[in-house]
Parts: sequence; C-alpha cells; structure tokens
Amino acid sequence: MQKYIIRRLALMVPTLFGLTMLVFLMVRLVPGDIVANIAGDFGATSPETRAALMREFSLDKNIPEQYVNWLGQIGRLDLGSSLLSGRTVQSELSSRLPVTMELGVLALLISVVLGLPIGILSAVRQDSAADYAGRSLAIGLLAAPNFWIGLVLIALAGRYFHWGVPPTTYVGITENPISNLKLMFVPAFILGGAASGGVMRFTRTAMLEVLRQDYIRTARSKGLANRVVITRHALKNALIPVVTVVGLSIPGIVGGSVIIETVYSIPGMGRYYVASINQLDFPVVQAINLVSALVVVFANLAVDVTYSFLNPRIRYS
Amino acid sequence: MATHAHGIEGVLAQANRPFYRRSAASTYRFVRQYPLGAIGAFFVIMLIAMAISPELFTPFSTQSGTKQAISDRLSGPSAAHWFGTDELGRDVYARIIYGARTSIIIGFGVVMVSQALAITFGTLSGFRGGTFDMIFQRVVDIGIAVPGLVFIILAVRTLAGHIGDQFAIVLSLSLLIAASSSRTVRGVALSITTEQYVDAARALGAHDLRVMLRHIVPNLTAIAIVSASILVGTAVLIESSLSFLGYGVQPPAPSWGRMLNDARQQMIRAPHLAIFPGLVIFLTVYSFNMLGDALRDKLDPRLRGSR
Repeated sequence: MQKYIIRRLALMVPTLFGLTMLVFLMVRLVPGDIVANIAGDFGATSPETRAALMREFSLDKNIPEQYVNWLGQIGRLDLGSSLLSGRTVQSELSSRLPVTMELGVLALLISVVLGLPIGILSAVRQDSAADYAGRSLAIGLLAAPNFWIGLVLIALAGRYFHWGVPPTTYVGITENPISNLKLMFVPAFILGGAASGGVMRFTRTAMLEVLRQDYIRTARSKGLANRVVITRHALKNALIPVVTVVGLSIPGIVGGSVIIETVYSIPGMGRYYVASINQLDFPVVQAINLVSALVVVFANLAVDVTYSFLNPRIRYS
Repeated sequence: MATHAHGIEGVLAQANRPFYRRSAASTYRFVRQYPLGAIGAFFVIMLIAMAISPELFTPFSTQSGTKQAISDRLSGPSAAHWFGTDELGRDVYARIIYGARTSIIIGFGVVMVSQALAITFGTLSGFRGGTFDMIFQRVVDIGIAVPGLVFIILAVRTLAGHIGDQFAIVLSLSLLIAASSSRTVRGVALSITTEQYVDAARALGAHDLRVMLRHIVPNLTAIAIVSASILVGTAVLIESSLSFLGYGVQPPAPSWGRMLNDARQQMIRAPHLAIFPGLVIFLTVYSFNMLGDALRDKLDPRLRGSR
C-alpha cells in the first residue's frame, strides 16, 4: 500500500512538470499585450515606460528563461505577484480559495445526499415507474446547463418575488454563517445537482451489480427481511465504487464553480480566474491552473487509494 | 426480439424482404424497444436538418438581412414570434434555429477528431507497448490531470487568436477528450492482443498494421459509436458554457450560449430570453444522451439493464 502511494506520487512528478510547461506556453501565446494595457492606464505609452514595465515584470527575458524562473519560484512555494494589483498571488487567493472550497464542499455534499438515495431506489425497484423517473431525472440533471438553471432562477425570482439580481455584497462564512449559507445555498445546489446525476447513475449500476450476487440470494434465502438485505449486505458493497464517482466529480465541480461564481457574483477563485484571463494577468492565470490541476491530481489519487483501502480484493502491488 | 419468436423461418423471411421494408421494420423495432432513444434520435435528426438548411424552419433570418423592428423589442412569445424577440427586435426562435449549425459543427467535429485520435494512438500504444507506450501514456497522464474547464478557457483564449474560434474549440476539446478515451482504447487493444485469433493471424504471417486494422479496430467500433453520441452532448454543453463566458464562438455567428449571456442584461424584464436558448441546449444534450443509452443497450447487450 505504502509502495503504491509512493509510486503514484513519483509518477505525478513528470505529469505536473508537463502540465506547468503546457500552461506556461499557453499563457505566453495568448493574443494581447498586458504591458500596453497597464501603460495605457497611466496614459504613458513611451518606449521607455514600456521597457521599464517589461523589466519589472521580468517579461524582457526569453521564454525558456522565464519558465525556469517560474519553476524556481514554485519550488520556493512562491506563486509570484499579480501584474495588475501588485499583491502576491498567495494573498489574492487566500481570500478567494476558501470561498470556492466552501462552494465545492457544499456541492459535493448535496450531490451525495441527492444522488445516493435516488440511485439506490432506482436499483431496488428496477424497471418500475420510480426507476424510470429516477433515470430520466439523472440524465436530465446531467444535460441541464448549470448557468441556464442559475439564470432562470434569478430571472423568475426577480420577476415574481421581486428579488434583486444576485447579492452585490458577499458575506463571509466567518462573519455571518447564516446569511453566508443563504447566499451559497442556491449556487451550491445547482452545482451539486449536476454532479448528483452522475452519482445516481453510478449508484444504480453498482447496486444492481451487487443485487445479482450469490451472497444476496443466500441472505434472502436465510429469510432476512428485504430491508436488512439491502442495507446490511447490498449497500455496504455497492458503496465502494460510488466513492470513486464522488471523487471523479471533483474536477467537474472545480470547472462548474467558474461558471456559477460568474452567474451569482460570488468572489471566489473561479470568477477571479475569468477576470484575470481577460486582463492577461499571467501569474494569476498560471497559479490558478496549477492549483486546480493539483486538486484534480490529488482527487484522482485519493479515489484510487480509498478504493483499494475499502476493497481488499483489489490491492495494488 | 420479434424475429426470435418466429425461429429461423422468421429470420429468413425477414432477410428475403426488400431493403426498404427491412430497414422500416428495424426502425419500428427500435422505436418500440427504446421509445426514449427514438425521441432522442428524432430530435437529433431535426437538429441536423436545422444545421443544414435553417431557412426551412423559419421565415426570419438572423444574418445580414435581419428583420429588426425596434418597435417590437423584448416582446414575449406570440403567434408571430414563437419565442419572443430580443433587445434588438430579432426573432429568438430564428436565432435558435440558426444557432444549431454552430452546436452541430462543434459537437460532431469534436467527436470525429477525438475518436480518430483516441483509436489511432490508443491502438498503437496498447499494441506496440514498450517505450512508445511508456512515453505516450505520460502524455495522456497530463491530459487527464488538466483541470477541465479552467484549462479549456485558457486553451481556447490562446488558440482562437491563431486558428479561429470554432477550430480552437474543436481542437482543445478533442485533445482533452482523446486523452481519456485513448486510455479505454488502449485497455481494449491490450486485451485483444492476447487473443488466440491474433496469434493465429500472426502465424499466418500478418503484418502489425493488418492485425491492428483487421482485428483490433473493428472490435472498438461498438465502444466508439456508443460513446460518440454521448460525447456530442458533452461537447455541445461545454461549447455553450464557453460561449456563455464569452470565450466561445464570436458574433455574428449565432450561438445558444452567447444568447444566454446576452440575456443577462434583460432577463428580469424578459425572462423568455433566458428560458428558450437554455431549453434547447438542454433538449439537445438530453437527446444525444438518450440516443447514446439506447444504442449502448442495442449494440452491447452485456450492459443491458445496467446504468
């Protein structure tokens, strides 16, 4: 087990290395000129100001040199400074990352709370009306664009209940947990609802598979009540693969947060990302890509490790 | 399974009928067996027709000769304008019809490019093994670790300036999807390589290329067809998300995601602007998923009843 984790961590090194290179190159190739934008803000367009700014942002060096410098910075756990605000990327993210994490955790919880029971019901009552309703709901949730649901809810709430267009002022969870949760609930519900479609489908498949096993027939023939067979014997084993799908929905939630934060004006990492990419704030764009990639990579690792831990038959050698 | 009930005579009678009768019969069977899949297929065919000749579906146009009537701005659904009009008095229904082309081109483009890449490289990687496999799988690792939408936004923003917006979306989505699809293909290729019929083909002196094309790739088509339908839906959904954020297809090309973005300014006064384009995205993705599910049940009977 330890060996497996160490090997996986070692394989992560070339992956993350390749990823930093890819992100770095992409960012350099974005059409547009950050220096001209910033210089223009000060009304200074002389070549001297430009050269000075280029030097200040270390954009005057060639690309391989810039890349090596950036890698060195990351090695020292320094993500650089925002070109626009001048503050370090760490301090910019320290206020925004927790907001996105709160949204993500809430969404993950909602996806499980919604997805698990409906998936189980669908499997236990296979081919009944409840099963068809559950399956259609799952595909529906996967097909509905989350930004559309967000917009329609805002539009209808605004028209019929005269609610304002989303909260212009955000309240942190540490300031006032109740009003914070009031703000976060709807976006988290939309994000979690989409992920719950996947959880439903996966739970149903896993449960059906387990219900066909011999030991379930044995349990039934012993005369155990249906409820006991389902909860004690079937569910326990069906939940193992479900752990995977919950982990695999994390990248979708990271991506979805970019959209839902934009729709609901939530000051998290996703909305900051969209703003930074529009304004060509390279260090921020690079850092957010790196942070999200780390989340994805570690979610994948956590899924595999949990899987082998819960299912002793599959131990990775 | 009507033919099975009649035994071998039934099958022969079926085979002796002319082609158009046979295909009509199998279509009827598909509709009876998979009603939701058939509804999905019908909507998909309508969408393709809209993409090919939108003028058949609406008297209005969204392109150069837009019928704009400023007096008729932001009106709700009516007999003349089924889905209402937008802030410039343009017909929302017509804009949706014309937007189908963008979604269909990107959806099908992504599927064709990604599946071609996945099958080519996945087969090579699984069949050849060795150093090529080792190096290629590390590249695939990167593709799988990429943080979805976050990276796609960056890739499209970068590439659009160099190769055009539609091509940029198709390319970046295809590469990411191909990475994970090629893993599946590789797995299947690996397991087929150990089959006896592959050994037999080799013993008869078949070249690597022949083994790959005659024995491995045909085994992959069922998987590819089934995942293709669902992938079109995924691509349509991501394209609309990108367009909604402003990184997708640029105006004047009509796009459902962009229509939703435009709707944000007016949505409290005119909620129909936010409702209809999203409803069409939803129906499109839903149809492709339903069709994919039905095709999987039909083409891969082992999975019937599951999922």
